[in-house]
Amino acid sequence: MASAPASRSTPLPGFGLSLGVTVLWLSLIVLIPLSAVFVRSGSEGWHNFWAAAGSSRALAAYRLSFGAAALAALINCIFGLLVAWVLVRYRFAGRRLLSALIDLPFALPTAVAGIALTALYADTGIIGRILEPAGFPVAYKPAGVVRTVEPVLAEASSEVEEAALTLGATRLQTFSRVILPTIVPALATGFALAFARGAGEYGSVIFIAGNVPFKSEIAPLLIITQLEEYSYAGAAAIACVMLLISFAVLLLLNLLQHWQQRRVG
Amino acid sequence: MTAAGLREPPAAKALLILAALAYVALMLLLPLGAVMYEALRKGWGLWHAAVTEPDALASIKLTLIVAAITVPLNTVFGIAAAWAIAKFDFPGKAALIALIELPFSVSPVVSGLVFVLLFGAQGWLGPWLDAHDIHIIFALPGLVLATVFVTFPFVARQLIPLMSAQGRADEEAALTLGASGWQTFWRVTLPNIRFGLLYGVLLCNARAMGEFGAVSVVSGHIRGQTNTMPLQVEALYNDYDFVAAFAVASLLALLALVTLALKSALEWRYRHELSAVH
Repeated sequence: MASAPASRSTPLPGFGLSLGVTVLWLSLIVLIPLSAVFVRSGSEGWHNFWAAAGSSRALAAYRLSFGAAALAALINCIFGLLVAWVLVRYRFAGRRLLSALIDLPFALPTAVAGIALTALYADTGIIGRILEPAGFPVAYKPAGVVRTVEPVLAEASSEVEEAALTLGATRLQTFSRVILPTIVPALATGFALAFARGAGEYGSVIFIAGNVPFKSEIAPLLIITQLEEYSYAGAAAIACVMLLISFAVLLLLNLLQHWQQRRVG
Repeated sequence: MTAAGLREPPAAKALLILAALAYVALMLLLPLGAVMYEALRKGWGLWHAAVTEPDALASIKLTLIVAAITVPLNTVFGIAAAWAIAKFDFPGKAALIALIELPFSVSPVVSGLVFVLLFGAQGWLGPWLDAHDIHIIFALPGLVLATVFVTFPFVARQLIPLMSAQGRADEEAALTLGASGWQTFWRVTLPNIRFGLLYGVLLCNARAMGEFGAVSVVSGHIRGQTNTMPLQVEALYNDYDFVAAFAVASLLALLALVTLALKSALEWRYRHELSAVH
């Protein structure tokens, strides 16, 4: 990426206007509304916060949401790496179609994914028994991992691999010792993204999860239940815990990207 | 990839390709096929009746209205954000980019919840809005706000890397030749970024029309009035009206396929101009 060195002394106009619009819109749509969650969750005191956010029902819901998200992110990493490898390394009939299809989850509404899975359960029943009910719909988004790993894999120079081969390494050794270390940061980024998004997933899960408290009730559903009982502070408290976990993952992700850039660049 | 030693044995290669294809077929094609099959199982007549039923038509109209308001708003924002971030240098730039991408890591349900906390019956502004007979939650403004929140980063994140890579030389040349700021933007910058912009708008639109979690919290689920297409799918499904639910879902699936086709066409045709994006 050959970007011109930017400086404030450019004659280009519009800095004040564009930055003003950006910060105003960002504040109105994202920052002020999000801060409402934190303020509202504490509005009825610590005791009530913990009663809602730390209840055993809420804890079970976090465990399910974040546990299923971790499992789904892991599945995505394994198969995402496989698909990225095949797309980057091999030329075969249908390669471009495969590449286009991988992005389908970006475009397909979650409600459609959810209702589609109900059809598959009803018709075959096999998939449901093999895959964890809550893990499957969130595992439905491998695109993130594929798209993060792909460019790194494409850039990984085959000269290094050739060197490893001439030095007597087997194909499997070359993969685990030479290729894998290069793509681990990208893979970790993909995992973090898949995890953060999977934990908050709602649309595709409620169609097929049983939504039974303590068993198959995900955290976003518990928020909606609280809202329907007009417990705004309770809903905000649970949302607050989910936001904090997501932000922690996001922070970790940024550190990883920093690490990745240092390693690649 | 050229050296013979770098190739896996043909059997291993075939196995890997097959595994990737099987995975994609199982996770992506099977669900999509299931929706289409279920929607058309009882014939075209019932499908047609289901998608032209008044509540279904109202949900289609509402979805189009929400997208028609949301997408232009986020497009203008995205261009402004990309102009400020890509063309100028200022402290806090990395933090600003992180904040713009924030909505991606927020659960859709929480995205809807924040607006209920602000404008809901027991929200901060609830009593005031009620006194002035202004309806935001359980009405169109709430749906638009929640959708704007969720689709907030799409255009900006496509344009920022593209415009950073293009630099400022073209715009500076135009200014030196006497063009005004707006002329420079319309005649130089916009033609340079048009395909990246189109790409961002396409993704933004797909998400705006398909969003479920966030709008589900603010909609109130009033049929024929505040149900968007994804919400209508859920409502019909909960009524055990499966043919109608899958029929409306098939329209959304079709939208996804069209989006995907346009996206692939854009990527293929203009991959050099878009290459900075990935």
